[in-house]
Amino acid sequence: MSDRFKVTKAAAGNPLNNPKVRSFVIQLAVLTLVGSIFWMLVDNTITNLQRQNIATGFGFLENTAGFGIVQTLVEYSEQSSYGRALLVGFLNTLLVAVIGIVIATILGFTLGVARLSSNWLVSKIATVYIEVVRNVPLLLQLFFWYFSVLRALPRPQESHSLLDLFFLNNRGIYGPALGIEGSTLLVLVAALIGTASSYGLKRYVRLNPTVTDGVAQFARFSPVLVLLLPCLFFLSAGMAFHVDVPALKGFGFKGGWTLIPELIALVLALSIYTAAFIAENVRSGILSVSKGQTEAARALGLKPARVLRLVIIPQALRVVIPPLTSQYLNLTKNSSLAVAIAYPDLVSVFSGTVLNQTGQAVEVIAITMTIYLGLSLFTSLFMNWYNRHMALVER
Amino acid sequence: MNSRILPIVLALAVGLIAGFLLSPMFSEPEQSVVVAEGTDSDSSENAVVAEPLPIVENKSTLDLVRAKGFVQCGVSQGLPGFSNPNDSGDWSGIDVDLCRAVAAAIFGDADKAKFTPLSAKERFTALQSGEIDVLTRNTTWSLTRDTALGLDFVGINYYDGQGFMVRKDQGIKSVMELDGAVVCANTGTTTELNVADFFRSNGLAYSIVAFEKSDEVVAAYDAGRCDAFTTDASGLYSERLKLADFNDHIVLPEIISKEPLGPVVRQGDDQWADIVRWSLNAMIEAEELGVTSENASDMRDSTNPSIRRLLGVEGAFGQNLGIPNNWAYSIITQVGNYGQSFERGVGVDTPLGIPRGLNALWNDGGLQYSPPVR
Repeated sequence: MSDRFKVTKAAAGNPLNNPKVRSFVIQLAVLTLVGSIFWMLVDNTITNLQRQNIATGFGFLENTAGFGIVQTLVEYSEQSSYGRALLVGFLNTLLVAVIGIVIATILGFTLGVARLSSNWLVSKIATVYIEVVRNVPLLLQLFFWYFSVLRALPRPQESHSLLDLFFLNNRGIYGPALGIEGSTLLVLVAALIGTASSYGLKRYVRLNPTVTDGVAQFARFSPVLVLLLPCLFFLSAGMAFHVDVPALKGFGFKGGWTLIPELIALVLALSIYTAAFIAENVRSGILSVSKGQTEAARALGLKPARVLRLVIIPQALRVVIPPLTSQYLNLTKNSSLAVAIAYPDLVSVFSGTVLNQTGQAVEVIAITMTIYLGLSLFTSLFMNWYNRHMALVER
Repeated sequence: MNSRILPIVLALAVGLIAGFLLSPMFSEPEQSVVVAEGTDSDSSENAVVAEPLPIVENKSTLDLVRAKGFVQCGVSQGLPGFSNPNDSGDWSGIDVDLCRAVAAAIFGDADKAKFTPLSAKERFTALQSGEIDVLTRNTTWSLTRDTALGLDFVGINYYDGQGFMVRKDQGIKSVMELDGAVVCANTGTTTELNVADFFRSNGLAYSIVAFEKSDEVVAAYDAGRCDAFTTDASGLYSERLKLADFNDHIVLPEIISKEPLGPVVRQGDDQWADIVRWSLNAMIEAEELGVTSENASDMRDSTNPSIRRLLGVEGAFGQNLGIPNNWAYSIITQVGNYGQSFERGVGVDTPLGIPRGLNALWNDGGLQYSPPVR
């Protein structure tokens, strides 16, 4: 008792003996050191750049780019600025990442479940797929999808066609675009409202088991809303629409929409590669759910598919999500391999072409790194939120 | 929560301010040089401590090159005729010859040159950072590159222009027929910009697919991804050799741009720039005076004062450059004159078969012209 009193008294006498003060002082010292080193590096770089007469600053972002880009999701021309080119590259990266993540997730979950299937053939096929794809470098797979598949496809003049609406050749996949004049946006908004209200109605009925039969019956047909609302708008707009079918003109197809082979190859390579890793995550997640859960569910009379969907997967997800996040981040970062096959992503457009035209390597690389960092942080933030959402709620 | 973050933010701020206040100690290169030259041993010790992390040291490039014993040149990753390695890894081509000429001028030995293969994207950074001493890599001289990159172009060893290659069976005779075509090019080159300018100014539609490595550009063109392949005309002749059946392809007659290719050095070291500039000039001057690698030793006895000056028999021009007086003699005997280098690398008897054209001497209908050695 008296010892304790002494210690407290000593702490009060000498602030350095106070653990709070001491840890603050140490942390301050370390941060000062790190801050100084960081500042020294920045300052040294700037000094050296100035000494070598290399242009610095971010003013170049407003200069005219002067080069073309093969795939642009926003309006872009040669007269646009370097900043605009940055946006184009960023959106192209985002496009590949999002499509890749969706496909990789679906494929990965299917394969993970298939590998645990009691069907010998299915499980062996999944095993072979995972082991082969996981162990071949991604860049080689990318070249395989790009160059081998590209060579196998015919020239535009000899395209494979489907119903004369869709075309496949070595310049990509072409399809018809549906243009609804004037009110395209309105119809899209209506479709969104329809989807949201349909989902809301379903959820309301599910959460309130006491609603009357009439409402429940109505809710059963709620998906109709998804189509009904846009159709109403469409009819009220006077059915003004046109179909833009791609047609062979000169060197290639004009009109409709196009998926360039670079995009297809990149998405294929990234999602097929990442799916193999996701499959292993899913498998480990499923195996982490104790067998008793399956047996109990079966004892209740649930069919195998429902056991999987209602009992196993929800519990497995808690184990699957954290490593899944890493795979999403990997896929996003791996998309920078696009530069090898000329897909105009952030690295190819910005830290490739723009860096060379301006010569401002430090700024360009810093911006590129910041964007990848931001993208990754956003992804993990979202996945952490989802993880908390899925975590076992203990009451 | 806030009370926990506050000290960190505070500490970071203090750290940054402290770093800012301390930074003058680390970032005054001129000061440290002055101190290092002093005789006082204490202060030179201080100088070692205060030395910044140098990207490029203050020593002259010539001193550095002499100290390490060879010239490090940036070249292409394999462009036949300009810079291309053979099966045993020996480099040849007109860009390689220029680099060897610089080595011969400094060391009297053309073999004291080493080569770093660089992509179009990497080349300027490699030179800026001091990884290479001179860039001899079919690089187009443009205002931006000469000014904003901290680099200097010191001459033109090949006058080029941008052209297009297409498949013969497409029946195209002129670039103007390429409306709506897909064009394959190298990323990070002036060709990318020229294509945009050309198609835009002629009101033609196009789309461009830009690869990082030229081997992939050729592969994609070969696979039919694009209708036309564009790069410098010399590059087209050279890359055509890589195609599966190169007789199925033709180079269109139009040249859409000026592409003066030349050696590049870092800005601010005039002596080094002079050495590279005059190594090239010596090769051109030698051709004009009829001095070749075979007759150079006999030519030392020539009565022509221009030849005697070039070969170091009269005058002390090497000394002005800071290199041995027989610098040009070493270049000519070991590498040859400009014409010899051209014919050996890209001339009509090589697989590339490029005529002299613009690269003939000025008195022979071309543009190659050297200021006099005097």
